[in-house]
Amino acid sequence: MKKISTPYLLLLPGFIFLFTFFILPIINLAQTSTQTPISGGDIGQYEQTFRFANYLDAFLENREQFLRSFVYAFIATLLALLISYPLAYALAFKAGRFKNILLVLVIAPFFTSFLLRTVAWKQILGEEGFVVPTLRTIGVISDTTTLTSTSFAVVMGMTYNFLPFMTLPLYASIDRIDPRTLEASGDLYANGFTTFRRVTLPLSMPGVVAGTLLTFIPAAGDYVNAELLGGPNTTMIGNVIQSRFLIPDYPTTSALSFTLMAAILIIVLVYIRKAGTDEVV
Amino acid sequence: MSQKQKQKDASIPTLPLGALISRWFGRNLIRIYMIVAFTYLFIPIAYTFAFSFNDSGKSNLVWKGFTFDNWADPCAAPKICEALGNSIKIGLLATVFSTILGTLIAFAIGRYMFKGRSTTNLLIFLPMATPEIVLGASILSLFLVLQINPGFWPTVIAHVAFCISFVVVTVKSRIASLDPRLEQAAMDLYANEFQTFRRVTLPLVAPGIAAAALLAFSLSFDDFIITNFNSGTVTTFPKFVYGAAARGIPAEANVIGSAVFFLALIIVIIGQVVSRKRKVS
Repeated sequence: MKKISTPYLLLLPGFIFLFTFFILPIINLAQTSTQTPISGGDIGQYEQTFRFANYLDAFLENREQFLRSFVYAFIATLLALLISYPLAYALAFKAGRFKNILLVLVIAPFFTSFLLRTVAWKQILGEEGFVVPTLRTIGVISDTTTLTSTSFAVVMGMTYNFLPFMTLPLYASIDRIDPRTLEASGDLYANGFTTFRRVTLPLSMPGVVAGTLLTFIPAAGDYVNAELLGGPNTTMIGNVIQSRFLIPDYPTTSALSFTLMAAILIIVLVYIRKAGTDEVV
Repeated sequence: MSQKQKQKDASIPTLPLGALISRWFGRNLIRIYMIVAFTYLFIPIAYTFAFSFNDSGKSNLVWKGFTFDNWADPCAAPKICEALGNSIKIGLLATVFSTILGTLIAFAIGRYMFKGRSTTNLLIFLPMATPEIVLGASILSLFLVLQINPGFWPTVIAHVAFCISFVVVTVKSRIASLDPRLEQAAMDLYANEFQTFRRVTLPLVAPGIAAAALLAFSLSFDDFIITNFNSGTVTTFPKFVYGAAARGIPAEANVIGSAVFFLALIIVIIGQVVSRKRKVS
């Protein structure tokens, strides 16, 4: 009898699991996405008619939400990068013996539940919180302006909630940079900005790529921030998928899910290719 | 005062106030940035903690007075401890299954060259690149096709499906950082393959497996989107918070959130101390 090779034995249980509960559901999703309601059937009964126009309908009907999801996710990712980069840089090079303590403190806020943090922001930015009355007193916002139920609140919540996904990979890759390369750059008469642009940033690119992906993907599919911090004018594609599933409108839900997944995969692949080959200027 | 003396006094740089301030900022920029960043990170945590002491009655939106009552009996809010219990049970089960399956896969990928290795890597990457809402919706639609009602076990299965990849990635990086000479040394000392694995490889990989298990638990414990699709009438802690968010969450939820925060902080600090002691000895 032929000996079965060890790696395949190790893979088998996990592979069976992922096949059953990841691949099969995705295939099932693809099948459902082209179904149509059974004429004369109950709500939630569908039959396969290979109606690919479902995709077009679902997209056209919700193009505003699609656009909003990607714009919000893009802004939140950019903000998270701008906030996290100096933080990760300071942790890696300037924290000295406080490095480990500060690293724990960066992750610590995310030990509290995601939902609780978001609800806390809702109440802090809400009418009864301390931010709105203060801003009104000093005249930054008018008496009728609110902070919750706005795109600002949603993007801010997303930036906050996905921040560790950005900070940790950035820190990991900046921490690996040999400080002597920065000294060498200085010795060759590069000023601080040139050193950053030509040495630090290119060397930290793996962290930038990993961090932006880990932030962008969950942000684009998120609906909790839009639900808790936003209003009727800030709904994202996640909100649509969630509410359509409850109707239940499985074909539309499936078509939207598939479109979202495909769009994210394309963006991710293009981005990885670009970030991998082009020199960052 | 002689003319010479006067000239000397004038040559001591007495910069204008503006320049002094900007120089001070330049020198302390990183420190100032860290303070601002950490304040931002901790605002919702501090808010959640402070309002866990609010003598709030039903709605915990405005400060009504200090009390220890919420901490004395965090189960006072209806259903909250049932939800917490469910979250812990689901989290532990999902952690056990995903850690076992993921560790096996990590060993296969990290230790063996075999046909289909890059396909396996892709299969591990895909669930992480899929938005949670798509994972949640697709698994639920599979359960519906199989006529399995959403509930406790479907939630566990869905959590395992999205935790496995994170376990694989964590354990794999630990395996990759091992020095292969240690195992060769064990073999040289007449240990057979099993003994080498049990006495050398496994103890060395163990910290990576522990980290992966902690990660899996925290992902499962804090998950809302996938849980909301697959749990049916079973309430978890994030679901409880989401459901209560509209009318203001009870102070007991703040107590539990704060307690989880401190517990996780203690675990991480202990982990750091242990790993530092090991490095020293």
